[in-house]
Amino acid sequence: MPRSDYAVRAAGLQKRYGRTTALDGLDLAVPYGMVYGLLGPNGAGKTTAVRILSTLLRLDGGRAEVAGYDVTRQPRLVRRRIGLVGQQTAVDDVITARDNLILFGRLFHVDRVTARRRADELLEQFGLAEVANKPPKAFSGGMRRRLDLAASLILAPEVLFLDEPTTGLDPAGRREVWQTIADLTDRGTTVLLTTHYLDEADRLCDRIAVVDHGRNLVEDTPDGLKRRIGNERLEIVAAEPNDLPALAALAAKAAGDGREPTVDELTLSVSIAVTDGVRALTEVAAELRAQSLAVADLGLRRPTLDEAFLHLTATANDATERTAA
Amino acid sequence: MTVIDDSMLDDSPASRAKWAIADSWTVVWQEIKHLIRQPSTFAWQLGFPIVVVLMFVYVFGSAMDVSGRGPGEDYLDYAMPGLFAMTMAFGFMNTAFPVALAKEKGFIDRFLSMPMSPSAVVTGRGTADIIHATVDLLILIGIALVLGWRSGGSLAATVGAFGLLLWLRLALIFVGIYLGLLVKNTEMAGNLFALAFPFGMISSVFAPPHLMPGWLGAIAAWNPVSATAGAIRELFESPPVQSGYWIEEHTVTAAILWPLVISVVFLPLAVRRFQALRK
Repeated sequence: MPRSDYAVRAAGLQKRYGRTTALDGLDLAVPYGMVYGLLGPNGAGKTTAVRILSTLLRLDGGRAEVAGYDVTRQPRLVRRRIGLVGQQTAVDDVITARDNLILFGRLFHVDRVTARRRADELLEQFGLAEVANKPPKAFSGGMRRRLDLAASLILAPEVLFLDEPTTGLDPAGRREVWQTIADLTDRGTTVLLTTHYLDEADRLCDRIAVVDHGRNLVEDTPDGLKRRIGNERLEIVAAEPNDLPALAALAAKAAGDGREPTVDELTLSVSIAVTDGVRALTEVAAELRAQSLAVADLGLRRPTLDEAFLHLTATANDATERTAA
Repeated sequence: MTVIDDSMLDDSPASRAKWAIADSWTVVWQEIKHLIRQPSTFAWQLGFPIVVVLMFVYVFGSAMDVSGRGPGEDYLDYAMPGLFAMTMAFGFMNTAFPVALAKEKGFIDRFLSMPMSPSAVVTGRGTADIIHATVDLLILIGIALVLGWRSGGSLAATVGAFGLLLWLRLALIFVGIYLGLLVKNTEMAGNLFALAFPFGMISSVFAPPHLMPGWLGAIAAWNPVSATAGAIRELFESPPVQSGYWIEEHTVTAAILWPLVISVVFLPLAVRRFQALRK
C-alpha cells in the first residue's frame, strides 16, 4: 500500500554550492506509476534534484518525500525503495555481469540464494542471459547500460531515478535503453528521469517539468507543452524565391490579428502562428488556386519540443528580468 | 515481485554493526575477485619496484658502501628490506586510484543510494588493500629469496618485521582514501605518482641517508618509509649500517609511531572527506 498518493513530492528544494545556487525552490509532485521527466539545459539543477531525492545530497532548504518517506529524516527507508541509475554506468567491468548483480543484491541485503535467483531473472528480463558470465568491459554501451538498469531493479523499487540514461550512447544504444525503459513502465514502475534530449522526454514521459536555474518553468504533458507556446503554425514552402513576398502577404491575411509571418529565404519557407489551423489552411489553399501560384509545400505543424523549450526559457527569463528591474 | 518488507529493517545499533561488517566483506569479495580475474594487476604494480631494486642491486649497488665493509658488500641485505618498505609506501596509490575511479564512475553514488552500510564502502576497500598488500609481500619475499636474501632474525622478529610493513600500509590506506576522494578524476589520481616517487625514494630505501647531502639526508632519515625500512633491517638482523641521524638509532619505535601519527591525521580527514560527499 502506498503511504502517499505521490511517489515523489518535493516542495521548495534549495541547494547551494558556495555562491552557486543549484536549486532555487524547485517543486515536484510525481504520482505513482508515472514516467516523469525533468527537462532542462545543463546546469539547470536536474542532477542535483535527483541526487537529493536519492539521498546522495543534503538539502539546504525545503522538504522532499520519496515513496512516502522523508529523504532527510528517513534516508534508510528511502534507500530500500529506490533505484538509482546515475550519469555514469556504475557496473564493475572486471567481474561478470551475473557477479555484478549478485554483488549489488548482497549489498541490498538480499540473502545469497535470493540474490542469485534475482540476478538470473534480471539477466533474462534484460536480454543479457547469454553474456551472464562475461565481464561488462566487452559489452556495447547499450548492454552495459541495461546491466546498470538491472542492478537498480534488484529490490523492485517503488521509484526509479534515471539521470540522463542515454547520454553518451550511440543511436542504437539509445533505442535499446528506450525500449527497456518503456518495458519497465509497462510494469508500473514509477520513473523520474532527467534529460536534455527533447525527443527522449517526448518519447518516454507522461509528464514533463521544464526546469532552468533550479526553478520550475512549467509542467505539462509533452503535447500540452507543445501547445503551450501558442498554436499550430502554418507553413508554406515557395517553389520560386520571387513568390516569397506574395506568400508572406497571403499567410498574414489568413492568420489575421495583424500577425507577422517569419520568412526564411534559405529554405524558401514562410511560417506563421495561426489560431484556427484548418480554416487558415483552406483559405490559403483557395487563394493559391485563385492566383495560380505553385508552391513546393503547404501544411500545418505543431511546434517541436525544441522550439517549446527555447520559447519557455526565453519567456521565463524575460519575466525574471522584469521582476528584477 | 517484492523482496523487501519492513520487518527486515532492524535499525538497532547491533544490526547496523552486523551489516557494516557483512557489507564490508561483500566489498572485500568483489576486490578479491578482481585480483583473481586480473592477476596481471600484481605484475603492473610490483613491476616498477622490482625493476628499480634489480637496478640498484646489480648496477648502482656495486659502488655503494653501506656497511663500511667496502663497495657492494652487504648491499642485497640492505636493498631488499628497502624494496619491501618502498612497495608499502607506493601502496597508497593502489588505494587512491580505485577510490578515485569508484567516485568517477558513479560506483560510490550507487553504493550510497543503496541500503548498505555507507562505511563499508571504505572499510571494505581498506581490508581488501591489506589483503592485497600481504600478497604483494609474499611475492616480493619469493623474489628476494631467489636473489639470495635471507632474514637473519628469529621467526618472531621476521614476522614482526612484516607486521610493521603492513602497519605502514594500513596508515597509508587512510592517506589513499583521502587523496582518492580529494582528486577530481582518475587522471589526477594517476598524477599522484609524482608524490609517491619522492616519498618512496628520498629515504633510506636504497642508500643510507648519511651518504646524501646534509639537508636531504635529514629529510630521508626522518621519512616514515626510512623508519620502517630501518626497523625491519634491524629485525632481519641485516649487517648494521653506519647511522648519521638520531632517529636512525630508534627505528623500531619510529616505525611504530610514524604510521600511528599518519593515521591520527588522515583517518579523520578521510572520514570528513567521505561525509562531505553528501554536502
